[in-house]
Amino acid sequence: MKRLAVYLKEYKKESILAPLFKLLEVVFDLIVPVVVAKMIDIGVAGKDRGYVFGCFAILLLMAAVGLACSITAQYFAAKASVGFAAKLRQAVFDHIQSLSFTELDKLGTDTMITRLTDDINQIQNGLNMGLRLLLRSPFIVIGSMLMAFTINTRCALIFAVTIPVLFAVTFCIMLVSIPLFKKVQAALDRVTALTRENLTGVRVIRAFCREEQSVAEFKLSNDELTSLNSFVGKISALLNPLTYVLINIAAVALISSSAVQVNMGGMLQGDAVALYNYMLQIIIELIKLSSLIITLNKSVACAGRVADVLEVQPAMRYPSEGERAPQESSSRAQSEYAVQFMDVTFTYSGAGAPSLKDISFAVKRGQTVGIIGGTGSGKSTLVSLIPRFYDAVSGNVLIDGVSVKAYTEEELCKKIGIVQQKAVLFKGSIRDNLKWGDENATDSELWQAITAAQAKDIVDGKEGKLDFELEQGGKNLSGGQKQRLSIARALVKKPEILILDDSASALDYATDAALRKAIRSLSGDTTTFLVSQRIAGIKHADIILVLDNGRLMGTGTHDELMRSSEVYREIYFSQFPNEKAGYEKSLLLN
Amino acid sequence: MNKQQDKNRKNKDGNREGGAKSFVKSLKSEKNRAVLARLAKLIVRYRGLLILSIALAAISVVLQLYVPILFGDAIDELIAKNAVDFNRVWFYLKRVLVLAAASALSLWAMSLINNKMTFKIVQDVRSNAIEHIQKLPLSYLDKHSTGDMVSRVIADAGILSDGLLLGFTQLFSGIVTIIVTLIFMLSKNVWITLIVILLTPLSFVAARFIASRSYNMFKKQSEIRGRQTALIDEMIGNQKVVKAFGYSKKASARFEKINDELNACGRRAVFYSSITNPSTRFVNSVIYAGVALTGALIIVSGGLSVGGLSVLLSYANQYMKPFNEISSVITEMQNALACAARIFELIDEPEESADAQGTLDAVEGRVDIDDVSFSYDKSKSLIEHFELNVEPGMRIAIVGPTGCGKTTLINLLMRFYDADSGSISIDGHDITSLSRHALRSAYGMVLQDTWIKRGTVRENICFGKPDATEEEIIRAAKEAHSYEFIEKLPQGLDSMLNEDSISQGQKQLLCITRVMLCLPPMLILDEATSSIDTRTEVQIQQTFDKLMQGRTSFVVAHRLSTIRTASLILVMKDGKIIEQGKHDELLQKGGFYARLYNSQFQGVEQG
Repeated sequence: MKRLAVYLKEYKKESILAPLFKLLEVVFDLIVPVVVAKMIDIGVAGKDRGYVFGCFAILLLMAAVGLACSITAQYFAAKASVGFAAKLRQAVFDHIQSLSFTELDKLGTDTMITRLTDDINQIQNGLNMGLRLLLRSPFIVIGSMLMAFTINTRCALIFAVTIPVLFAVTFCIMLVSIPLFKKVQAALDRVTALTRENLTGVRVIRAFCREEQSVAEFKLSNDELTSLNSFVGKISALLNPLTYVLINIAAVALISSSAVQVNMGGMLQGDAVALYNYMLQIIIELIKLSSLIITLNKSVACAGRVADVLEVQPAMRYPSEGERAPQESSSRAQSEYAVQFMDVTFTYSGAGAPSLKDISFAVKRGQTVGIIGGTGSGKSTLVSLIPRFYDAVSGNVLIDGVSVKAYTEEELCKKIGIVQQKAVLFKGSIRDNLKWGDENATDSELWQAITAAQAKDIVDGKEGKLDFELEQGGKNLSGGQKQRLSIARALVKKPEILILDDSASALDYATDAALRKAIRSLSGDTTTFLVSQRIAGIKHADIILVLDNGRLMGTGTHDELMRSSEVYREIYFSQFPNEKAGYEKSLLLN
Repeated sequence: MNKQQDKNRKNKDGNREGGAKSFVKSLKSEKNRAVLARLAKLIVRYRGLLILSIALAAISVVLQLYVPILFGDAIDELIAKNAVDFNRVWFYLKRVLVLAAASALSLWAMSLINNKMTFKIVQDVRSNAIEHIQKLPLSYLDKHSTGDMVSRVIADAGILSDGLLLGFTQLFSGIVTIIVTLIFMLSKNVWITLIVILLTPLSFVAARFIASRSYNMFKKQSEIRGRQTALIDEMIGNQKVVKAFGYSKKASARFEKINDELNACGRRAVFYSSITNPSTRFVNSVIYAGVALTGALIIVSGGLSVGGLSVLLSYANQYMKPFNEISSVITEMQNALACAARIFELIDEPEESADAQGTLDAVEGRVDIDDVSFSYDKSKSLIEHFELNVEPGMRIAIVGPTGCGKTTLINLLMRFYDADSGSISIDGHDITSLSRHALRSAYGMVLQDTWIKRGTVRENICFGKPDATEEEIIRAAKEAHSYEFIEKLPQGLDSMLNEDSISQGQKQLLCITRVMLCLPPMLILDEATSSIDTRTEVQIQQTFDKLMQGRTSFVVAHRLSTIRTASLILVMKDGKIIEQGKHDELLQKGGFYARLYNSQFQGVEQG
């Protein structure tokens, strides 16, 4: 929790006041046995009914004041814990916004979402409980002991021995069982995963006649879970009986030494009752404390995970406006190349082999570049280096003759429009979605982009046109419709460099062709990168880059590559087998 | 599964108010009684332990409650200076020690027994469920969502286990505690007992009052939280798009708006709900004061000893606890009952028809489909009077637009579904006369929907042939062209795989490798190469061609090469076979196939 303490700063006052008021309540709780003792020793012994009623009134008053204190404490605790959680959530969300793709890949979407939701809620709970109770129980335990000392020192010494022993027993048991709980959780996760597998893989399991083995594997994990559960159960089952025996031994010692004290005249009978009551209070609080610690332990684990996310530092640094060397900006206009790769090698963090190796090419402003290659050949990786989603491990990526590392994040974002493989749209109107490209775009600009993206008939066909509301993830559109709208979104940006990363795969050939034609006729200055698996999609590009296994196997126009590149020819004939006499006549249908 | 847990959590919160009354009501319903009876049957298996557990609970509770009385008696001996009878004090205290030790022992033994029972019962339930799932007909599994079934086996069984454990440990001992406490209190003083009995309901009233107030707050909070989670899912789930469009600042701003709302509402919800405990504590303090007052007055008039009062005071403190416990146990049990019902529902689903015993040796590959009709939904006919005779070694291509029901035929061939009428036979044996294993081992199947097991690459490849040698595995991987990427993985064949660690295309390659290793006599390929790039596809195709040589094969095909060289093409549309024949025949016919062929062919050429 320590690493997250900054977010509690604003609620410093509340986080101090909450336990303080709790403390006040405890003080009243602790006085109760004393008042009862007085009631017996003075009121009963002296047969003073007035005194007894007086004590009763004091008891009621203390209960009422205790209630007031407690409610105040709860209020501050609620304010601090909920406020803290809100601050933390915002901080984590903002932090994720600052991460680069490398860190996003490493963290994973599911992890980030769990941290932002379940984990932070868990922390909020823990903090709330902690503020309210963490101090209360020790207060009562210590307070009971102090009160005991005010009654009789000799008897109170028994408290001083009992309390550390009880604490030691409780914490030993918890120390042993908490790590075991984590193991139980891991075993449960495994059982869950196997259940899911048995269901999702049912066809394959049955096709390969592996039903029995699958069930056997499940049973093995299930057995493990049960035996782990029983083991943890055995240990935690010790807690209650052990503490119970200990507290009774202490109480026996207490009463027998009280007997001596009373016999010597050092103490009254009512005091013995009070001491006995304090002893009982300790055990109740100790049980509460141990369950609180389990909750807190969970929250601390969650807090650790959240803090880990906050500590992930973006590996990428963007220069600020002032930092850029002046000569670099002046050389920009002079370069005739829009994009240059110089000996670029790239390896994904954690991957064994590089995904791109020694890639060099240069693209002039306004050219169209086609990138083709097999699955995993590095096409998408290559284009994601242009907007600096990742940094090359070695070599240089230049835009307008200047290293991408010299641009600010905003500049790069403005210059480059990328349409990613998976078309993603967001909840909101079509207009809202398209304006992601440019906040200030006018409707006519939006329509221009829509028309170029071959999406005019889609938008026209929707009720409210630009105001048509998309569901989350654009679920109320087909795959092809989503793709075309996400292309339009990038076009709204009017980028200098447009990248279409295999983003026309759901389109039929005619639409695809029309789209490419529209893109070609965009303002002459736009440099376009087309990533595709289909030769037809890139055949007419000014330059085609042929990738195979992370290496650039050929650069040139279609005709040049047909002559010079074996890989390109192979890809071509795999799609246009009729063109090659003697080659088996096969073609891709669909 | 998370959603399910949420739902359960919500139910729990909602139910807390209802408490005992609705539990009694729910017991009256027929269905719940049936579930309870089933549950009882599961528990009865451990009846020896159960009886022991109940006995131990009774012993430990009675002893625990008797201990304060002994202390009270001991305190009564501490009369005044020089008037303490140490022998009597020690007489009581020795008893305390013995009884406390006995009580602790029985408490511990009871916990162990309860743990054992519940964990065993849940283990049984989960194992039963999985065993049953593997015997359920696919028609059931296809219709029900995986998430829902997983949640039944995991989350529901977990809640059932919690409920049972709590029920065993607390319900019974709670009831015993209340009864014994009342008896002991009555033995000390009737009036004080009456005060306690009459005043306790007050704290319930207070708790109910607050719960109903905070309920609305919680409802609003979960609504806001739902909106926030949706935004998180959307933005963080697509963080790369957010980054690519420089939308980060706006995303943060939108998040902040909802987050502030949540903060304001959450603060109130948490505060209101946290008033409950202080309020019940206040009521308890009032009762305590009441007992002290009455007790003191009665002592003055000689009806009670000081020790007696200390006993009554400690009972007054304890008396409330079992009530609170029992009400939470009942909520928990109610939940457990609902969850048990959901699991039993799954376990009670009828299994597939019994398996025949027939076996196949040396499959030739003759498949005869004779007058088969089938439909998923009995009101909508699908395949009707279907006839097909496949000679050994024939290659059957199935073509048609997406969603035309091409996989239905595969379902029937593999006996994932049984035909409604007619018969399918292999080498003259009706497939219903064969054991399912015998039938399915005759086929090698690669589906479009790739399935990868969590485990190593090796385990996945060897799925159909666990005893394959290293050489066989590598040969199969090389033939299926998966070896290249396997080599690149950090630990090669021993790399752990999960859903996201390899691409869709690579998963398909692994599935093909899996079949390559088994070399079954017949093949079923369902759009097996849709996510693989065309160049690799050509290479795999060559492997397939080799594999299909001499083997009867059914291919859901997208490639013209497969279709053209097929011995027979089945053209499907809207779940029906509308044309069948060879490529040239169908082209000449100028029907649906010809149109499909021309449109696709021209589409590619146009490029």
